[in-house]
Amino acid sequence: MRTVGTILRKDLRLELRTLETVPAMVLFSVATFVIFHFALDRATIAGQLAAGILTATLLFASMLAVNRLFVAEREQGGFDGFLLAPVDRTSLLIAKAAALFLFLVVLEVIAVPAFALLLLGPSIGPPLGGLVVVLLLADVALAVIGTLVSAIAIHTRARDLIGPIIGLPLLIPALIATARGAGPLLVAHGASFPQGKWLAILALYDLVFALLAYAVFDYLLED
Amino acid sequence: MEPRPPAIELRGLARHFGERAALERVSVLVPAGATLAVLGRNGAGKSTLLRILATLLRPQAGELAIFGEPLPRRAFAVRGRLGLLGHDPLLYRDLTGRENLRYHADLHHTRHDRIEEVLEAVQMRDRADDPVRTLSRGMTQRLAVCRAVLHSPELLLLDEPRASLDPGAGELIEPLIGRSAKATRVITSHDPKAALAEADLVLGLRGGRPAFVTEPGNVTDVQLKELYA
Repeated sequence: MRTVGTILRKDLRLELRTLETVPAMVLFSVATFVIFHFALDRATIAGQLAAGILTATLLFASMLAVNRLFVAEREQGGFDGFLLAPVDRTSLLIAKAAALFLFLVVLEVIAVPAFALLLLGPSIGPPLGGLVVVLLLADVALAVIGTLVSAIAIHTRARDLIGPIIGLPLLIPALIATARGAGPLLVAHGASFPQGKWLAILALYDLVFALLAYAVFDYLLED
Repeated sequence: MEPRPPAIELRGLARHFGERAALERVSVLVPAGATLAVLGRNGAGKSTLLRILATLLRPQAGELAIFGEPLPRRAFAVRGRLGLLGHDPLLYRDLTGRENLRYHADLHHTRHDRIEEVLEAVQMRDRADDPVRTLSRGMTQRLAVCRAVLHSPELLLLDEPRASLDPGAGELIEPLIGRSAKATRVITSHDPKAALAEADLVLGLRGGRPAFVTEPGNVTDVQLKELYA
């Protein structure tokens, strides 16, 4: 775990210094909400439509981070520096997934209030706790699958294309569970907590892909 | 007491990239503490050989052992014992020199006071808090030397180690990567005279194949001329 902390600290320091990823994700999300505001020609939205727009926007915004996750490792020798060290290679997977997870949390801290302000009809206050639970489970799926896909894409020439092409289809089940889980929360006087089955699907999805990533990540670092 | 295994043992090593053979039938035995100079033209396979020794590339044929540990099977057992100084400094451009070295020290479980030791040795303490992207190529190379020797490796893999360094800086890094570092060394160089001067053994590569493996005193001008022709 010490190695995970070392890599994670380095990644967060790099992001704080360059501000290459999180601001881009935030700007993308807010711009998308503004576009939907005008494109739908409705002052407010609610329910499943609101949940779908919020989830899809966060999913697309996450692709910006997925595409950049290993760029410094690839372009500045970070892979070689790491591979030369006597450490467990899985620590790179965990650290990168943790960094992506934190980027998503920061994004949501800004994007969800912006969504509530620009598009959402019902108040975000009452269902906020339930929404946070759904989004955190979705973030784990995005972080694990995003890291796996990014590690595959970074070795290809068309990495900006490969990330979304592989990542988005893999994330469709997580998108469905997140949107269905969040839908009833975003209705006036709706539920305050998501249905257990959607949380269970998300948790199971997180677990399966975490195990899969753990099993294959070593091979992705081979020459 | 068991005899010390050779630092490097290569038998019939081969590596291809697609159909192109980067290395073929390379065999050499380097005793612990010795210096192997690898000579050859651009594209002769020198850097590929170093990357294989560094466990960053897998050989596709032949046998390879470092400190008696067969590679790639036991790569994890030798990683902490070798230091690579290649064309790429392996430093993050947006981190400072000191932050980069702290990162590598943590990865290698090395104490942090060693960072100040190596920075002092290359006279980079004053600039160690500047982002690497603001440093000159020579200064970056001095930091790369610090990174490569931070964990006091027993085997140094040095790819053109004095590239971009002025004579003064070349002298500064000498105690860290020169003979006095008391490590086994593999050095590649385009300057055969300088490489021969510090080698105990010389491997000449032509098109990925060994042209000669001999002691430096046995290398003739004709052989060198053919190697670079």
